Amino acid sequence: MELSSKWKALAGLIALSVLAVLPFYLQERYSQYEVYLATKIVVWVLFAMSFNLVLGYGGMMSFGHAAFFGAAAYTCALLMVRGKWPGIPAYLVAPFVAALIGLIVGYFSVRITGAFYFATLTLSFSMLLYILVFKWRSFTFGDDGIQGIPVPDLISTQESYINCYFFALIVTLVCIYILWRIVNSPFGLILRTLREDPDRAAFIGVNVNRYRLVAFVISAFFSGIAGVLYMSLEASLAPDILFWSSSGEVILMGLVGGMHVFLGPAVGATIMVLLNSLLTSYTQNWGMFLGITLILIVLFFPEGVLGVLREKYLAVAKKRSL
Amino acid sequence: MAILEVTGLKKSFGGVMAVGGVDLVVEKGGMYGVIGPNGAGKSTLFNAISGFYPCDAGRVVFKGQDITGLSPDRIVKMGMGRSFQVTKIFPKLTVYENIHSTVLFTEGCGWSMLSSTKHLAREGTRAVLAMVDLAEKADELAGTLSAGDRKRLELGIVLATKPDLILLDEPTCGMSPQETVETIALIKKINLDAGTTVLFTEHKMDFVFSMASYITVMNFGLVIASGDPETIRNDPRALDVYLGEG
Repeated sequence: MELSSKWKALAGLIALSVLAVLPFYLQERYSQYEVYLATKIVVWVLFAMSFNLVLGYGGMMSFGHAAFFGAAAYTCALLMVRGKWPGIPAYLVAPFVAALIGLIVGYFSVRITGAFYFATLTLSFSMLLYILVFKWRSFTFGDDGIQGIPVPDLISTQESYINCYFFALIVTLVCIYILWRIVNSPFGLILRTLREDPDRAAFIGVNVNRYRLVAFVISAFFSGIAGVLYMSLEASLAPDILFWSSSGEVILMGLVGGMHVFLGPAVGATIMVLLNSLLTSYTQNWGMFLGITLILIVLFFPEGVLGVLREKYLAVAKKRSL
Repeated sequence: MAILEVTGLKKSFGGVMAVGGVDLVVEKGGMYGVIGPNGAGKSTLFNAISGFYPCDAGRVVFKGQDITGLSPDRIVKMGMGRSFQVTKIFPKLTVYENIHSTVLFTEGCGWSMLSSTKHLAREGTRAVLAMVDLAEKADELAGTLSAGDRKRLELGIVLATKPDLILLDEPTCGMSPQETVETIALIKKINLDAGTTVLFTEHKMDFVFSMASYITVMNFGLVIASGDPETIRNDPRALDVYLGEG
């Protein structure tokens, strides 16, 4: 038994209202840093949900999604800094570059049988891109990173993060809506059959590799949008965003929140960003505490926080209906 | 008229010959059984015919077209469906979704990305669920079904592809006597009403001899006898390797 559409609409309305007043409240009650943190959560929510199309719905363990996130961020920044492009065309082109890279990486990766090899190949492509950005100093600024990216005035974070927050929020909500339509479409259902049993999927007539590739490219595109939002928020970039640890973080977000529930990765991203911020303010060894937290979550909430809550809700609903 | 012609089909794994040059002709609308002891090569034969394994040698012609080496999805689109000895279903999807996904894909909606699945292909899905008697379990997760129900669900998935020929690998394996009787009746119905050709393997001899119009006996990857049920009953080679065991 699922929530009725009336309750869903009401919950959505309340969530939207909270998200609309949140930055003003945070700015008033706390500081700009909290607005920055809220924007960061929004960006990572989009990245985690884009990635989950591949892992949670398609069953593909990509360990290289940082490549698409970082490639779009770097493309947008370099077009504006090196190419002197105006903001709008640079913002529009960058996700398509991520999708193109997704097409190339996916073309080779989807043919591989076995999750381990798939993860290794995607990781390798991602690290290749990292090395390229890191070493090609004359073009990418190497490990100095790109500073002072000319983010359009409308969403500039120089005086306040509020405009950037709303820009990121609107883009993310639109993307989430499109992702929601995709996962609830026939394409989304077929994608889930591939996750469950690709052999059986082939024996209902599905061209498994083609479906996987299309899902991979869509995921890369939306990850690219998240990368552009990240660049807008930070107004600077370092090659670190292409490093394997960014790919690892986005996997963990899915695990923590629940990769088999649509909004699971959003919850996971929120928890992870908040934990990161909280722990780094107390200790330099935040990674260790994060690791312990993750072990506990995986042990006691194997379906993720939202996955467990959903199971409990369904169990109660079933009991009531008997 | 032959719907399937297999000529000299061979398949080995390492040095072990699983199928060693099998010839098989299946006439359209017929009900064909392949029997043999465990390890005779029946499942490998099915896997090679349906494109699950590449053949080492030989030729498979389906509806007049050479399908040797084609991928399973292309063979399914040409009208061949199959079930597996160890059931292949989508365990974390509901029974309804298992059938619905297949009906949607078969009806050409598989690439639709922005339309909701809710209102598409409902009638077709319900019809298949009713056919395999799983309508009451539509909302259950497929992975929680009993072995017999899983077999019936898989049969439903196969039927949802609207095949002209179905390959059923031990379709009543794991079923209770009652479920077996019902499944036999269903397969007969599909064969008679829809004219779907059936090629099956089975260990239950009552089932084989009550269903098949033509039987092929395999042993050690080779066909050792073939003919109508009466011929096979009296064939000393078949009796020796298989029927004699009982």
